[in-house]
Amino acid sequence: MFSNLRSLWIVFLHLFRKRETVEYPEEKTELPARWRGRIVLTRDPDYEERCVGCYLCAAACPVDCISLQATEDENGRRYPEFFRINFSRCIFCGYCEEACPTYAIQLIPDFEMAEYDRQNLVYEKEDLLIEGQGKYHGYNFYKEAGVDFGVKKKGEGENENKPVDVRKLMP
Amino acid sequence: MNEGVLHTLVAFGILVVLLTIAAGLIWLERRLLALWQDRYGPNRVGPFGLFQVMADMIKIFFKEDWIPGFADKKVFVIAPAMLVITILMSFAIVPFTPEIMVVDLNIGILFFLAMSSLGAYSVVLGGWSSNNKYSLLGAIRGAAQMISYEVFMGMSLMGVVIMAGSLNMTDIVIAQKKMWFIIPQFIGFVIFFIGGVAEAHRLPFDIVEAESELIAGYHSEYSGLKFGLFFVGEYLGITLISALITTLFFGGWLGFGFLPPVFWFLLKTFAFIMVFILLRAALPRPRYDQLMSLGWKILLPLSLLNLLVTGAIVLYFQ
Ligand code: SF4
Ligand code: SF4
Repeated sequence: MFSNLRSLWIVFLHLFRKRETVEYPEEKTELPARWRGRIVLTRDPDYEERCVGCYLCAAACPVDCISLQATEDENGRRYPEFFRINFSRCIFCGYCEEACPTYAIQLIPDFEMAEYDRQNLVYEKEDLLIEGQGKYHGYNFYKEAGVDFGVKKKGEGENENKPVDVRKLMP
Repeated sequence: MNEGVLHTLVAFGILVVLLTIAAGLIWLERRLLALWQDRYGPNRVGPFGLFQVMADMIKIFFKEDWIPGFADKKVFVIAPAMLVITILMSFAIVPFTPEIMVVDLNIGILFFLAMSSLGAYSVVLGGWSSNNKYSLLGAIRGAAQMISYEVFMGMSLMGVVIMAGSLNMTDIVIAQKKMWFIIPQFIGFVIFFIGGVAEAHRLPFDIVEAESELIAGYHSEYSGLKFGLFFVGEYLGITLISALITTLFFGGWLGFGFLPPVFWFLLKTFAFIMVFILLRAALPRPRYDQLMSLGWKILLPLSLLNLLVTGAIVLYFQ
């Protein structure tokens, strides 16, 4: 009985507390840097596309909303011919970002993607591809990998030794 | 203008004002609940979100008014109307001021008790005709709850009746000129309040609806306008109980001179409506058997005792 009266009183006092509500369109919350929102495709420091069309993101996606087709340029460097994410199915789990070997696909802190027409939620490559490097700066996949695709010569990559001439006797 | 036309106009005015208040309460309740939960509540539609009510109304009007195929059609349609009609009928005896009231019945309180008993039919028939086991469970609970709580709700009012020496509502208010009945009849007030909450089947005594157990109890199958009637009926019920508490225990329209009497009445009534909403915000729902044993084992003896003591004292001083 008295505990009931006490809780009535305590609840009444909440009238004078600070509100928890953030009045959204006028007032915005600060989203943390690793907030999982809209997905972007990033470029490497040389302004080339990072994506190598390996399909790992599409395989990792639990709702199968990524669709892409890989192709090669004249140097043999792979890139996606088209890259399509259906945001009406995406659950923003971030598995695609985890799967990506090249930091190409990234989730950024932005959620204001509402549309009147569902079809507009299908983002094509030109909608996804951004001009910058996103969250991971200075990383260039082709500088680390061994193969020459017109980015670097053999043995010139970062953390890469000069090629060994196997026909020489001296080490 | 002759007497009859004026009287009809007053009655009609009361009807319009009541329905407006009941609809406005939907907004008030949502705002107040939100405030007590550290939120803002609906504040987008119009100033302070006041037009939210209209938005809700439009929504309810355009909802599909569906009667389930397995329901008992006629009863299903009558039930919600019955709730609203009985409650509006009860308002006929409430004296807002000596001038503004519908009828000055000399059996006022009895009339109210009769009408609130009829109101129980609405719940029972609504649940029964829905032909759905959750609705039926709600209706069974409703029948048990409303019938048992009515018993001592009536008892608790008898103290007031003894002190005023009349069942007439106007006489009861006038008898409170010297002292509001809340002071000599405090126990009666507490019991009537608890009984009133149970009659209006509001939280914490909303085991008739009990969303978490019975979906929505007796009105699970209702939609559109019929659901709207139940909804408005609930708020009318709150207003009715608040108005009666004001009349019977807090001196009705009596107040200090600087405000018109009807204003005092509304002020007190709204204070009690807010207490109703606060109850909903703060208290959890008791178990069904706890509700029953509270009613029969504590409140009923208490109200009998109150009646006994009041009667003895009044006799002694005569
Ligand atoms: S965030 Fe999850 S659901 Fe969305 S595209 Fe990436 S893997 Fe698929
Ligand atoms: S975004 Fe990453 S994981 Fe997906 S195809 Fe391109 S490189 Fe592979």
